[in-house]
Amino acid sequence: MARVVVDVMPKQEILDPQGQAVAGALPRLGFEGVTSVRQGKHFELEVDDDVDDETLERIAETLLANPVIEDWTVRRVTVESADGSVAGAV
Amino acid sequence: MRVGVITFPGTLDDVDAARAVTTAGAEAVPLWHGDADLRGVDAVIVPGGFSYGDYLRCGAIARFAPVMGEVVTAARGGMPVLGICNGFQILCEAGLLPGALVRNSGLHFVCRDQWLRVENTTSAWTTRYDRGAEILVPLKSGEGRYVADEATLDRLEGEGRVAFRYVGENRNGALRDIAGITDERGRVLGLMPHPEHAIDALTGPSDDGLGMFLSLLDTVVTA
Repeated sequence: MARVVVDVMPKQEILDPQGQAVAGALPRLGFEGVTSVRQGKHFELEVDDDVDDETLERIAETLLANPVIEDWTVRRVTVESADGSVAGAV
Repeated sequence: MRVGVITFPGTLDDVDAARAVTTAGAEAVPLWHGDADLRGVDAVIVPGGFSYGDYLRCGAIARFAPVMGEVVTAARGGMPVLGICNGFQILCEAGLLPGALVRNSGLHFVCRDQWLRVENTTSAWTTRYDRGAEILVPLKSGEGRYVADEATLDRLEGEGRVAFRYVGENRNGALRDIAGITDERGRVLGLMPHPEHAIDALTGPSDDGLGMFLSLLDTVVTA
């Protein structure tokens, strides 16, 4: 098994009112200095070892993200289990 | 003539859409999301609501429902399809219409009677209107802001595919005030406002929405 992380973000040119709302809330809570917030989605997939990169890219493109409005990145991450052994490829 | 009305888990407006079809003088045929079967209908309405809870993105799950495969095939063959609100979102996700619907620019869910200007009177769903006519229909959506890249917007305008535009206030921030668009052939129409809620003055703000369903009858009967 491998863990795959897919991060999906609204494209730069797409207005992100949710991110703006978060940015607007921070000063009201006393947090200064945050000039911009953009909000996206973070997916963690546990996949069998025989699922190749091309398939992962298709999964991201066809379902997890809408290419019209969103950009995405796919990456495999290392998972450390409770006994200290390391699984997955970087 | 028979007009299919799809029900997904989370669909809300299938009953009103079927009522609008019946009021216009056609037979409404219920279609189930899980059945890859259009039951021999002449046209399909994808109604509003919150299909699959709007999980992931509005319409993102519904577009993969078994019935939608049939709808996409039929639409590419020229069958008239109307997507209202969540139905519009589904048709965009399915690739039958360009662009996408994103969260309203003001973040507020907008629920109001909305004036629209009719800009296309040649599509399968708009022949009963006069060009430039203003109609009053309910708008109720949180993710109704139409977006597409500039080239797509220019193409839609150049080809006369902007069917309806918001008049006066544009509460969701839709680019170029776009409320509804058609496909290349004018057979598929998607719009955020709800014509099926405006078919008689007793239950809606007007009967202005009925024209879309009557237009469809004209289109299919004269075909």
